[in-house]
Amino acid sequence: MSLLQSTQLRPDPSANATRRALIRAWPEFQNPAAWLVALILVIMPLIANGFFLIEIFATTLILGIIALSLMFLAGYGGMVSLMQLTIAGFAGYMVAVFGVSGNANISLGWPWWLATPMALALATLFGTLGGALAVRTEGIYTIMITLAIGAAFYYFTNQNWAIFNGHTGINTVATPHFWGVDWRSDIAFYYVTLGVAAICYFAVQYVSRAPFGLALQGVRDNSRRMAALGFNPNAHRIAAYAFAAFIAALGGVLQVWNYRQISPGSVSVGACIDVLIIAVVGGITRPIGPFIGALIFVLLRTFALDVLIKFGLDGNRFRLLIGLGFLAIVFWSSDGVIGLWERWRRRNVSPAQRSGGGRHG
Amino acid sequence: MDSVAQRLSVVGAGAALELRGVTRLFGALAALTDVTITVRPGERRAVLGSNGAGKTTLFNCITGDFPPSSGTIRFFGEDITQFPPYERIRRGLRRTYQISALFPGLTVQDNVYLACRGVSRGRFSLLRPGQNDALMHATETLVQAVHLAGVKDQRVAELAHGQQRQLEIALALAGAPRFILFDEPAAGLSPTERRELIEILTSLPAHIGYIIIEHDMDVALRVVESVTMMHNGRIFKEGLPREIESDPEVQQLYLGGGHE
Repeated sequence: MSLLQSTQLRPDPSANATRRALIRAWPEFQNPAAWLVALILVIMPLIANGFFLIEIFATTLILGIIALSLMFLAGYGGMVSLMQLTIAGFAGYMVAVFGVSGNANISLGWPWWLATPMALALATLFGTLGGALAVRTEGIYTIMITLAIGAAFYYFTNQNWAIFNGHTGINTVATPHFWGVDWRSDIAFYYVTLGVAAICYFAVQYVSRAPFGLALQGVRDNSRRMAALGFNPNAHRIAAYAFAAFIAALGGVLQVWNYRQISPGSVSVGACIDVLIIAVVGGITRPIGPFIGALIFVLLRTFALDVLIKFGLDGNRFRLLIGLGFLAIVFWSSDGVIGLWERWRRRNVSPAQRSGGGRHG
Repeated sequence: MDSVAQRLSVVGAGAALELRGVTRLFGALAALTDVTITVRPGERRAVLGSNGAGKTTLFNCITGDFPPSSGTIRFFGEDITQFPPYERIRRGLRRTYQISALFPGLTVQDNVYLACRGVSRGRFSLLRPGQNDALMHATETLVQAVHLAGVKDQRVAELAHGQQRQLEIALALAGAPRFILFDEPAAGLSPTERRELIEILTSLPAHIGYIIIEHDMDVALRVVESVTMMHNGRIFKEGLPREIESDPEVQQLYLGGGHE
């Protein structure tokens, strides 16, 4: 049989094979815990009050979206980018600049449905250009160049008054009102963030098994071989930056709607590193990791203060807790909390059930 | 398969691979010096030589992994000297690596699928392939052809060495190759696996030419019609397999020199 007459052999895809392919493609649909989490998230407004809904869950989802963009780059592309929060912040600034805000001398006053796509497009462009610079480097140099972009943007926003309004930033940014709904009211905004987070999560999951995502993982594993298979590795890397930038920009738009203001503090170097910590603590091998990391981060940031004060310590030391947790995670589990969880689960599964399925990381 | 017919007509036009005065320097070290080789379309040739003779460097220059320092390389008449590797691959050139260069984090099927996708359109597609995707069928067929159907859902990192070597070959056969460079495909294979390898090589369609680097004479001389002998980065001798085998100079240099 000639190896090249490949398309002539067409085995009939049985229903069973289709089902197996579906399970492999969407492992969540087989997992009762995932359904339970989804259900709880949907009925959350019945359980939680406004504080929990916004300060904990919406904030978690927004940070999770931004960290998800880093997970996509780092987990599938092997590129650790520290500028994902900068891209999100840039999108937030653009919403404030093109839309309506309390700083009428700066904001152009476009309606939200015009300002938001503009912000997303510009932030994606920004991330793509930054990526085009970063792909010329590898490993620690990628981290350095993206950190440099983040730091440069932070100082630029501090010093530029014409567009970014210096260190005071832009305040009372308008949020969308339509169909008679104030989309920034607690419950409506929670559902908006939940919807966007779900779309981003499933988009990343889906793309990871599409040709683009597979090729990106190929570039991560062996870029030289990818070139010897007909792929242009750098073009794939830049496209990955563009895809991740769009996700980060979505998070940034939600963030500026959440706080209704944006200032250089939102794009500080510390905040850029927080995103890395969130992604690493949660785990960068799967899209769910960043959301778990964000939840841990937000819970610590919100409650560690009270706990610390109760023990007679300075409340601002919550970062110490996060730092210690980060150290522990990096030390014991290279793939974050999901890695710990998986190892724990594997230990509790009988060896008979342990037949290795294809895990993609 | 009209594309093959078209290619065959192009193939008749001239040499498949034509190297003229190719030199590759690594600092002051000349890994290749003034190498000139012409290979006909469909020709199967072995490149022999001791370690450090420049065989793998020759492959790297042809595929563009390391471009030559000087000289020109033509592939089916087209000057590809300045092309990046992926442009050469898209024109029908393929290679395998001496040390398996696979994607350990992906499954066997995904590895082969990437190889099929790399030489076709839709490399950036955001849509997952459906059940009736032509490339998925091409992938299945290729996986079966190299006897890996049983492990197609396993991650490559979990495969045995022999299976990785077979996958290495599968990646080079994806799409419609016109010319393949095999870099020691039999390295580390068992006698049975060697027989399978020979079977794969001899059953390739006649229009696909290849160059094979192989230390195992049993494999090398059984699957080729011509031999190029390299020594110290230069072409030392060219001829038919039995001429090379019986050449006293070659025996002195290589066959009798303690190798194999």
